[in-house]
Amino acid sequence: MNEEQTTDYAIKLDIFEGPLDLLLYLIKKNEIDIYNIPVALITQQYLEYLNIIKSLNLDLAGEYLVMASTLIHIKSRMLLPVPEEPSAEELDDDPRAQLVRQLLEYQAFKDAAAELAQRPILERDVFIRSTALPEEIKKTIADGDELVEVSIFELIEAFHHLVSRLDQKDLLEIDLEKLSLTDIINDVMERLTREKNLTFEELLGERKDRRRIVYTFLALLELIKLKMIKAYQTAAFGVIRIFPAVES
Amino acid sequence: MENISAIIEALILTSESPLTLEKICSVLDGVGKTEVKDALDKLMAAYDERQSGICVQAVAGGFQFRTRPAFSAWVKKLKGTKPASLSSAAMETLAIVAYRQPIVKTEIESIRGVDVSAPLKSLLEKKLIRIVGRKDVPGKPIIYGTTKKFLEVFNLRELADLPTMRELKEITEHHEIFEQETAASGDAEHETPEHESFTQEIFEDDIGS
Repeated sequence: MNEEQTTDYAIKLDIFEGPLDLLLYLIKKNEIDIYNIPVALITQQYLEYLNIIKSLNLDLAGEYLVMASTLIHIKSRMLLPVPEEPSAEELDDDPRAQLVRQLLEYQAFKDAAAELAQRPILERDVFIRSTALPEEIKKTIADGDELVEVSIFELIEAFHHLVSRLDQKDLLEIDLEKLSLTDIINDVMERLTREKNLTFEELLGERKDRRRIVYTFLALLELIKLKMIKAYQTAAFGVIRIFPAVES
Repeated sequence: MENISAIIEALILTSESPLTLEKICSVLDGVGKTEVKDALDKLMAAYDERQSGICVQAVAGGFQFRTRPAFSAWVKKLKGTKPASLSSAAMETLAIVAYRQPIVKTEIESIRGVDVSAPLKSLLEKKLIRIVGRKDVPGKPIIYGTTKKFLEVFNLRELADLPTMRELKEITEHHEIFEQETAASGDAEHETPEHESFTQEIFEDDIGS
């Protein structure tokens, strides 16, 4: 294989969604009839691709290797002469049939996915009236609406939200306050036992400098890890409330 | 009662999620279902007629005001946000779940030929799919299905509204051909005349190459 080919393949690499996708690509590239795949040719090209992936030090998913062995298996089966009077098992199938079926099914779902993506998608092609003001969310909490446990992603999002708002203000003051994670953890736990539940923002109070936000966030993560607190939010995007894990 | 269409219009506008026909009927106490339906049709037609920027869309089992796709560029400019798009791995996984639900992870993987943990997770996070239960087989694998939000996001009235997968039908047809091809002269009990000619073609092709 020469240099040029390598570059050509390398460009295409990241677009493959898996071994089936790679096979479909090879079939299209060679203008092959999917119902009559020349297994030898396809296997050879497929293995060449695997070598390139390896030479680029990319992680080679195990599925690619499984497919390689399947191809080689089919190739070897096709080389074997068919007995004059085949047994029921040998009569079974064209060795390629199973693979072709799989390829066609995958292709069908690829097309279906493409068709879905063409639909008028909410927030991309069509829009609805803007919903839920923050006040309303607070009201739902007051009404005792059911709370939903939040994932780490939502916590991180809340963190981003706070920091991004912080950036809008002028912050020239240099804060020399010494912070320690242990202090903040103790502080958080103390305030939670006193006030039952708090939002992230309430926890910070007026002291919204970057370091305090970061430390408080770390303290929350640590406390969640230790299962000392729980974080909940209402279903709608929202205000995350922190509760002590054990009701005292 | 006054203009029912106008009342329905007000109800749909103020509803947070797609408003169901049942809900409209329960609010418009005493008005028959067919009458409500007629009024809804009239309302929808009215929006179409005056080529309004919004329309009443039947979505996720209810009705909702939505902007028309033609004006998306303007709305996007106003909002100034880029919509979070799905990766092709996630789109493929979503399509498989949508068409084959209820479905377990291994079934999705056998179609895609790769591990689908990451796209499944991202779809769950985006609340486009949900866990509907556990299959009663060894290992009790999790069963996935699509959510109401999936219908809302993809502008679908119901699951039956999904575009039909024409290609899948073709596969089953070809599937039969394969079986017949290999069975060839053997027991051809379920062979239909049309299929016979198909089989012949493929056979000749095989010999030709």
